[in-house]
Amino acid sequence: MAQVKNRLTPFFENITFDREDSEVILNFGPQHPSAHGQLRLMLHMQQEQIVKAHPDIGYLHRGMEKMAENMIYNEFMPTTDRMDYIASSSNNYGFALAVEKLIGLEVPRRAKVIRMMLLEINRLMSHLFWLATTALDIGAMTVFLFAFREREYLMDIIEGYCGARLTHAAIRIGGVPLDIQDGFIQQLRSFLDKLPQNIKDYEDLLDSNRIWLMRMEEVGTISTEMALSWGCTGPMLRASGVAWDIRKEEPYELYDEVEFNVPFSDKGDNFARYRIYMEEMRESAKILYQTIDMYEETVKNNQTELMAHSPKYISAPKLDIMTQNYSLMQHFVLVTQGMRPPVGEVYVATESPKGELGYYINSQGGPYPYRLKLRAPSFWHTGILTDLLPGHYIPDVVSIIGTTNIVFGEVDR
Amino acid sequence: MRAYTPKDNVQAKAYYTDRYYVSPQVPKQEVASDEVFAADLAAISAKFEVKESYIQVGQMVVYINAQDIYGVLELMRDELAYTQLTEMSAIDWLAKDNSFEIFYQMLSMTKRKRIRIKYFIQKGEAVNSVEKLFRSADWSEREMYDMFGIEANNHPFMKRILMPYDWQGHPLLKTYPLEGDEFAAWYEVDKIYGKEARDIIGPEIRDTARVDRYDSERFARLGFEVPKGTEITGNEEKNENAYQEEGGVFLVKKFDKESSKVIDDPQR
Repeated sequence: MAQVKNRLTPFFENITFDREDSEVILNFGPQHPSAHGQLRLMLHMQQEQIVKAHPDIGYLHRGMEKMAENMIYNEFMPTTDRMDYIASSSNNYGFALAVEKLIGLEVPRRAKVIRMMLLEINRLMSHLFWLATTALDIGAMTVFLFAFREREYLMDIIEGYCGARLTHAAIRIGGVPLDIQDGFIQQLRSFLDKLPQNIKDYEDLLDSNRIWLMRMEEVGTISTEMALSWGCTGPMLRASGVAWDIRKEEPYELYDEVEFNVPFSDKGDNFARYRIYMEEMRESAKILYQTIDMYEETVKNNQTELMAHSPKYISAPKLDIMTQNYSLMQHFVLVTQGMRPPVGEVYVATESPKGELGYYINSQGGPYPYRLKLRAPSFWHTGILTDLLPGHYIPDVVSIIGTTNIVFGEVDR
Repeated sequence: MRAYTPKDNVQAKAYYTDRYYVSPQVPKQEVASDEVFAADLAAISAKFEVKESYIQVGQMVVYINAQDIYGVLELMRDELAYTQLTEMSAIDWLAKDNSFEIFYQMLSMTKRKRIRIKYFIQKGEAVNSVEKLFRSADWSEREMYDMFGIEANNHPFMKRILMPYDWQGHPLLKTYPLEGDEFAAWYEVDKIYGKEARDIIGPEIRDTARVDRYDSERFARLGFEVPKGTEITGNEEKNENAYQEEGGVFLVKKFDKESSKVIDDPQR
C-alpha cells in the first residue's frame, strides 16, 4: 500500500489568544499517568488555581450496552469483566444477580458463600490497587510496592480458582461454575492472618506522613448535598457523611448473616476517603473470615450444589448432560439459542468496590436483552470533578483523581 | 403467515422461535401491597397525573406525563426523601410506535426504597432537563443525547459525551448496526488522511471477527502463506514449513515430523 501522509496537526489549545485576562486552558490528559486511564481534563487556570474544569471522557468507549443487545445473556458475562477490570468478579456478580432477579432464581447456599468470598477478595484487590496507585501518584513508592505485593497473593488465589488474574468471569448466571480449589481456604486464611499487620504497615507509612497529610487533608472536600446530587455512591458517599452501604441496607446473597461495620466520615475530603478505604479492607477481612466458616458449614451439611436448578434457563450439571438425553437437549438449546427470560424489567444495584454498580435489564422475552443499561459508579465520580476541581490547585487534581478511584473501563463502558 | 418483525431493527434476533411460545411475565404486584410505596404514590398522584403504577421485583414503577417530570422529581426529592437520581436513560421503541421510553431510577436512603419514574415521548421530541434538581442528570442526559439523539431542554451543555463531538448517528438506536454505519467506517480515514485517500486506504474494517482468506497482508492465510503483495489465485500449495530455530533451542527437542511416530490406533 502506498504511504499516505497523515493530516493530524498539533493544535495549541493551551493558549487562548483572544482574551484579555491571564486565563490559561490546560489540557490534562488523556494520557496523563495519574489520570488512571483515558481521562482528559480541560482546566481553565488563573495562575495555579483552577476556575473551571471540564472532564472529557469516551476514549475507552466500546459500546457495551450495544454489545449486550446483540449477545445472549451468558455470552455477555465475560464482557462485564472489562468494565471495572480491577475487580471484575463484582461486575460479573452484578449482572448475574440482575438476570437471576429477572428470572426469579434462588442460588444454592454454597454458591452464595463462594460468590461472597470472590466479591470480598475482589474488594480487597481493588482497594489495595487503589492504595498503591494513589500513593504512587502522591509519591509514596514504598506503599505502592507493599500493596501490590499483597494484591499479588489475592490474584494468585483467584487464579487458582478461575484461571484468570484480571478478567475472571468467575460467576455464572445461577451460581458459580466450580467449587473452590484445594488449598483455597488455607491460602486465604494465611493471607487474612497477615493482612492486619500489612494494613498497619501502610498506615504507619502514611497516617503521620507530612506530605501525605498535606496532599490529603482539607483537599477535595465533597459536601453531603453535593455527593447526593451527583449520584455518588460507595466510599465517595460514605466519606461525605452518609452511611449507605447496599450490602447492609439492601442485603443480597448472605450479607445479612455476616457481621461487619460500615465505616463513614463526615469530613468529605481526600483523607476521609483514604481512611474509609483502609477501614473497609479490615471489614472485608472480617467478612472473609466469616465466609470461611460458612463454607465449612456447607461442607459439613453436604450442600454441594453450585448451580441453581432451573432447566428452562440454566444448563444441568455436567454429569446429567453426559448421561441424560433431555438435559443434553436443554443444554444444546441454551448454548446455541440462549435462555429467554420472562418479559419485564429489573434494576439491581450491588455494592461494588467503587460504589453502586447497577444493571437495568429490559427483557422482551427474547434471548437478547432489549435494553441493558450499565450504571457504573465511576461515571458520576468523574462527573463530580466538574464541580469539585474549581478552587483547587494543579497538584490537588492528582490527589483528587486518585481518591475518587475512577476506572475508565466503567466510565466509558 | 409469518410473524411480523420490524424491518428497521438491525440488532441480533433469535433465529428460531416457536410460534406458539408465549413468554412468561415478570410478576407485578399492586402498589397497595406495600405501605411506603402506596403513600409515595398517593403523594405523587395528588399533584400529577399517574398513568400506570405497579411494583415489579421490589421496585415501584410509575408512568407519568412527559411534561410533569421536573415537578415529580422535585416533589420526590423535597417531600418524599428520594434524594438520589441513580440512573436515567431511554429505551428505543421507534420500530413499535415511534416513541422513546425514558426512565429515571430514584433512590431513597432513609426509606430504603427505589422507584422508577417512566414516560414516553415521540420521536423528535425533547425531554425536560432535571439537571437543576440532580447534578447527576447533567451527564446522564448528555449520554442519552449521545446514544439516542434525545435532547434535553434547559440543559447547560447539550453535547455528546462518549462519542466524538463530530460524530454522526446515535449508536444505541435499534436502526444503528453493531459494527457501525457507513460514516463510522470512513470516520478515521477522513479525519487522519483526508477524503482523497479513501481509494488508497479503504474503509475501516469494523467487524472484528472478519477473516479474508485472500488477504496476503493480514496473516489470514494460515498454511497457505505467500510473499507480501503477491496476487492471490486461490490455487496456492499448502505450505508445510514450520518455524524452528536453527539447531533447536536449549532443552527443547527439535520436532521432526518425518521421524516422529503417528499413533493411528486410539485404543493402542
